[in-house]
Amino acid sequence: MSSNIDVTETLDVTGQNCPMPVIKTKGAVDELSPGDVLEVVATDSGSMSDIKGWAESTDGVELVEQVEGDGTYTHYVRKTE
Amino acid sequence: MSTETPSQPDTPSPDELRTRIDELEAELADLRSEVEDGPKKMVIIATKGTLDMAYPPLILASTAAAFDYDVTVFHTFWGLEILHEEHASNLKLSSVGNPNMPMPNVVAALPGMDEMTTRMMRKRIADNDVASIEELVQLSLDSGVELQACQMTIDLLGYDEDDFFDGVTVGVGAATAFQEMAEADIQLLV
Repeated sequence: MSSNIDVTETLDVTGQNCPMPVIKTKGAVDELSPGDVLEVVATDSGSMSDIKGWAESTDGVELVEQVEGDGTYTHYVRKTE
Repeated sequence: MSTETPSQPDTPSPDELRTRIDELEAELADLRSEVEDGPKKMVIIATKGTLDMAYPPLILASTAAAFDYDVTVFHTFWGLEILHEEHASNLKLSSVGNPNMPMPNVVAALPGMDEMTTRMMRKRIADNDVASIEELVQLSLDSGVELQACQMTIDLLGYDEDDFFDGVTVGVGAATAFQEMAEADIQLLV
């Protein structure tokens, strides 16, 4: 369930394609403080794999959840450090 | 048989072993700091200036920057077109020599065909929400990607250093690129 995730900021990357969702997510996470959660709303289906891969390989971030539905792909990324 | 242990002059004393362990640990710490020193690096050599070939280096460069890589793209020969402030928005797609084009080469070679296929490609790029080359150049620069323009080919193609986007590094050559490649974790030629 995504309803119990405490979202700090929302980033809208709907209508944007590869590589934009990952790059804008990275930019938005850099502006956050440790513990904050970024919600990323995308329409690029590739963002499911791309944001997961990015979060796994990048220090200081953690993928909390990914929700697919109704043409949108929503990602929750926590800044850990 | 004697139970006495024969003396082994080669066996190091505990003190010697301790010193050796200290030395090895220091050496290991040095190596660790060398390996873990700073972010990972990627170097791309971009040599092509057609619309289709301009995308991969820019997309990979900006993506690697999002992975906290230090990224350098060294642009040489037609790759310079990607960094050229006026030409970047006007890159062409060749309709000749590409078997995936839905037309025979003899038709593709007719005057105006490159313009037509380029227009079709640009429409597809816009329809699919794919960023333009200029946007990706700007995004790469904003993400800290070092975009380099090879000085030899700037001179060869008769360009001026001011022809390139602000933030592009000029005055670099093969030795600079090679040195960066030698230190990089990923090296690609596009």
